[in-house]
Amino acid sequence: MNLARKLACVVVLAVCGVSLAANWLAPSGYARQFRDAPSAPPSAAHPLGTDDVGRDRFARVLYGTRISLLLAPAAALVSTALAALIGGLAGYLGGVWLRLARGFTDLFLSLPWLFLLITVRALLPLNVSPLLSVLITFFILGLLGWAASARVLSTSADALRNSDFVLQARASGLHGPRLFLIHVLPNLKPVLYAQFWISIPAFILSEANLGLLGLGVAEPLPSWGSLLRELEGLISLREEPWRLVPLVLLILVMTSFQLLLSNEEVAA
Amino acid sequence: MIGCRVFLRLSLSIAAVLLSLTSGSAFCQNGGELRFCLRSEPKTFDPALVDDDSSLSIRYLTGGVLVRANRKTQDLEAELAESWTVSKDGRQIVFQLRHGIIFSDGSPFSSEDVAFTMQRLMDPALHSSTGDAFRSGSGTITTKIMAPDQIAIVFPAPVAGVDRLFDQVAIMSAHSPKKEAAVLGPFMVAEYKAGSSLLLRRNPNYWKRDSQGRRLPYLDSIRMDIQPNRDVEMLRFKRGELDLINSIDSDYFDRLAASSPGLAHDAGPSLDPEFLWFNQVSNAPIPEYKRAWFRSVDFRRAISQAINREDLSRVAFNGHAQPAAGPVSPANRFWFNSKLRAEPYRPDEALKHLQADGFHLQNGSLFDKAGNAVEFSIVTAAGIKPRERMAVMVQEDLGKLGIKVNVVSLDFPSLIERILQKFNYEAAMLGFRNVDLDPSGQMNIWLSSAENHAWNPQQKTPATSWEAEIDRLMRAQASAVDANKRKQSFDRVQEIVVEQSPFIYLINHNALSAVSRAVAGADPGILSPQTFWNAERLTLNPPTRASR
Repeated sequence: MNLARKLACVVVLAVCGVSLAANWLAPSGYARQFRDAPSAPPSAAHPLGTDDVGRDRFARVLYGTRISLLLAPAAALVSTALAALIGGLAGYLGGVWLRLARGFTDLFLSLPWLFLLITVRALLPLNVSPLLSVLITFFILGLLGWAASARVLSTSADALRNSDFVLQARASGLHGPRLFLIHVLPNLKPVLYAQFWISIPAFILSEANLGLLGLGVAEPLPSWGSLLRELEGLISLREEPWRLVPLVLLILVMTSFQLLLSNEEVAA
Repeated sequence: MIGCRVFLRLSLSIAAVLLSLTSGSAFCQNGGELRFCLRSEPKTFDPALVDDDSSLSIRYLTGGVLVRANRKTQDLEAELAESWTVSKDGRQIVFQLRHGIIFSDGSPFSSEDVAFTMQRLMDPALHSSTGDAFRSGSGTITTKIMAPDQIAIVFPAPVAGVDRLFDQVAIMSAHSPKKEAAVLGPFMVAEYKAGSSLLLRRNPNYWKRDSQGRRLPYLDSIRMDIQPNRDVEMLRFKRGELDLINSIDSDYFDRLAASSPGLAHDAGPSLDPEFLWFNQVSNAPIPEYKRAWFRSVDFRRAISQAINREDLSRVAFNGHAQPAAGPVSPANRFWFNSKLRAEPYRPDEALKHLQADGFHLQNGSLFDKAGNAVEFSIVTAAGIKPRERMAVMVQEDLGKLGIKVNVVSLDFPSLIERILQKFNYEAAMLGFRNVDLDPSGQMNIWLSSAENHAWNPQQKTPATSWEAEIDRLMRAQASAVDANKRKQSFDRVQEIVVEQSPFIYLINHNALSAVSRAVAGADPGILSPQTFWNAERLTLNPPTRASR
């Protein structure tokens, strides 16, 4: 493991650890409104100041990090599993299945994903708790985010299907699911890992985009997306640089995720 | 003698210099280009078809009207009409027109043009919203040209506040080949680049003069850039590229006030209220027990009492808002019912109201008679920060009563579809933009049959006795001519609305604007257009004028 990867590992673990300790580090909670001190600058009571309605920004960053870091990998898992199922299987089966899957994937990729997300999000029932809304948001991201990964996986699986060792396995009488599970899937692992790691920052940013439109995680629950909304008014940043903390954190974690990829996964 | 001649020459020279200086100072008021932004593309330049903010601004600057509501005093002032009289039955208005006025293209103005404008406005094929305001009953509106400078307009039924409606009627030429491009207002459209900018030049034939006899307007031109992004608008204002901004967000206002004191103007409470309401539609897809809560006046009053409006004003709008007393803002001087006071924050009282209605607290959560936990969602438009802040604060306030509120921000088309078409929502938080001071402009909200009767629209017969009473009072005020009788009726409407709380009024935000130091004569008000309502008398300082 090179130094960059070690550092990235430390950063991700540290951020995860601190966010998991939010209950102790920020006992006031993410929702309590200190209405006598809205938009307050950093102080001993509020290390990152307060937001527009007086909520402790430090607590919101910690809880928001916990939510985004916990659920983005979960959404990435859903999308990678779907990609493996659709792309991997189609690539392995080849022929008409591969053409059908690629057509479907291309069609899905051509959809304007942001509008699709907004439409699907707006169709959901209104009366859901903030916690359920965050689960739904990330689940939707997972459900809609499989297409790009599926395309990569179908190409890799197609290449594997025609590889010498698979031909040899076939010649030895190995067919169907057994051949797929024993010879194809293990060789798809680097691609799957790469797609999984790549999807995490993509989903965090997608949720941030939805949050910027006010359609992400429901209030009062924080997420990186909702925290980034505070940066909409660019004019204020010079006077209140502490508002940049969620953005800095997002960049740090995204970069760390990219550095965590092994050479093999990067190549894949 | 020589000495005398020299003295005379010297005196004449000094006099000439003084004269030139005086005339120079008079001249120096003229000229220059005022710059500000329109936040959207104007949909039309036809004054009869205007119904969007940008087109309204253009009509205000280019259109000549018979009477004008002064944006500061709210009084009606004579413009193209020297005087006017409304008949006792409210069915006829007679205008005496000014003489010697010509359109921007040189064609003369007469009562024929007023008749042409009215006929065009009332053309059913045109669907003019300005014309709709005059429709008071079945039958047609007729015009009688009594003389080139006198015209009577006769309505099939009395029209309440009919003279005030003419503030929106820009007179068009009956004969000019330039049609709507021939105008009687202080400016005329000179250049339009779609999606980019609009240039207005001064109308050389504008009829108005100042107290010293100089022809208005003072400005040579007005450039309006089409810019929907408020951040960019504010940055350009700070750089000195723009001179005016209407309706600034309270955050920007405070920053501007801190960095450049004197440029930010708070004109006090505007006409626009922010409010919350519950869905009471019979066929709305919501559980029956929730509909029963929403239809209970005790429940609605309790919610109203449990909201801390002072905090909403102070926190969500940085103090640039006032707790709302009812449907009419105190800014609307004549029509505001001064007996009404904003509901104070009384959570204990709210709980008593709820308990009287069968609700009870259990482990910090509120339950109804049947044991259903009190939980509902509030939908609001995504991206409107102060409103989103209010929703979060209401969520916390109601949480203290054990009520669980889910705040849902939706994109505007989805929100409107849910509220006006599918009725698939529980509570909504929105704001109205009032441009009309007269209550007749709110008929589309208060009549139970109206589409915008948001809590239960398009009722065939009024669902409740108090809605029937509101219908009666609104029709009574609309058909009365005596302003005091009209006010009596509308005062009662306001009282019923506060008693029944179908809309829970939260705050009236202040009219915030910005005017650069380059502009002289600006006096921002609460009525639209806030900063340039007196555009014909605005001037630019010499350095700015020279640079443009």
